[in-house]
Amino acid sequence: MSRDTALVSAEWAEKNIDAPGVVFVEVDEDTSAYDTGHIAGAVKLDWRTDLQDPVRRDFVNQDQFAALLSERGIGNDDTVILYGGNNNWFAAYAYWYFKLYGHRDVKLLDGGRKKWELDARPLVTDPVQRPATQYVAQAPDISIRAFRDEVVAAIGTKNLVDVRSPDEYAGRLLAPAHLPQEQAQRAGHVPTAISVPWSKAANEDGTFKSDDELRRIYADAGLDDSRETIAYCRIGERSSHTWFVLQELLGHRNVKNYDGSWTEYGSLVGVPVALGDEPGEA
Amino acid sequence: MTAPTAAGCAAPDQAAPLPASLDLEKETVITGLVTAESGEAVPGAYVRLLDSTGEFTAEVVTSPTGQFRFFAAPGSWTLRALSRHGNGDTAVTAARGINEVTVTVAA
Repeated sequence: MSRDTALVSAEWAEKNIDAPGVVFVEVDEDTSAYDTGHIAGAVKLDWRTDLQDPVRRDFVNQDQFAALLSERGIGNDDTVILYGGNNNWFAAYAYWYFKLYGHRDVKLLDGGRKKWELDARPLVTDPVQRPATQYVAQAPDISIRAFRDEVVAAIGTKNLVDVRSPDEYAGRLLAPAHLPQEQAQRAGHVPTAISVPWSKAANEDGTFKSDDELRRIYADAGLDDSRETIAYCRIGERSSHTWFVLQELLGHRNVKNYDGSWTEYGSLVGVPVALGDEPGEA
Repeated sequence: MTAPTAAGCAAPDQAAPLPASLDLEKETVITGLVTAESGEAVPGAYVRLLDSTGEFTAEVVTSPTGQFRFFAAPGSWTLRALSRHGNGDTAVTAARGINEVTVTVAA
């Protein structure tokens, strides 16, 4: 994978809004942004109600994903362009699902909603209805998904990348600073995880930094690209952004997103936790 | 309007009242307005909370009346606002409770 296959610019997107076989999809946790204005023709996916299982703590399974895409009118042969707010966190999370369930052609819009809005590109409120399809999802590719036992086993052996803010990593904050801090789980990070906040990979307008800058950021942080890598954050969406950078832009192999992330790990009984700004010992 | 929940990671409605369950003895709330040089409120601005080293900590979009709100910790922070009308920065030293700040943007 590379930037050419995984990413499109806002200029490209605006020129291809009506292109046949191209479907724009806005993904957010709070879809009220979509309702106040979206890219013409874009359908919406709600991170919580569409992409999470309503009962179990897990995301939608193969059948649920196929039913969702069929209902939204997305076909297996469509080129899907994902974008959203929060610097494309939830769009990157959805990108990871599309890859996990074997969609052939999916890309992120560089800069997401923020770049689009700051550029003053057009947004519309027209309702979008696409004819239903018969989408077929593939069996999940778990080579890109890490579970808790793998994370514990990776301590001191694989690259663990904590992409939360430095204060969350050190245990001084329990959640991103736009959310209240009262949470059930313990504070800190997985011992031996390096701290590379997701935001290091993005410019302030939400676009990704250049490949050269990105390579330097992870090399300077001590990421050994000959080893397997697991990225995590709090709920798995910021780490999808970093998974996207490492695997889809820089072409690393064996990168997994731990979607359970700190809300799971920080609640586990008996696992090691490190506090402070240093990775800590295995 | 919905109260912030632990389930997600997106920013809650920036104009919503603070949740009743919020303990202001414990929380450090940094809140305020983004305004243009004319003094007019700027809705839809992207406000970034940067820590004392300048590292990104969080980002929200201002409400239709230009409001933003963060839940941080006591200490030194920088607020940086990006908008179609220009950008601006304001430094803040926050303590527990509510800290009110205005960020002015200019081209």
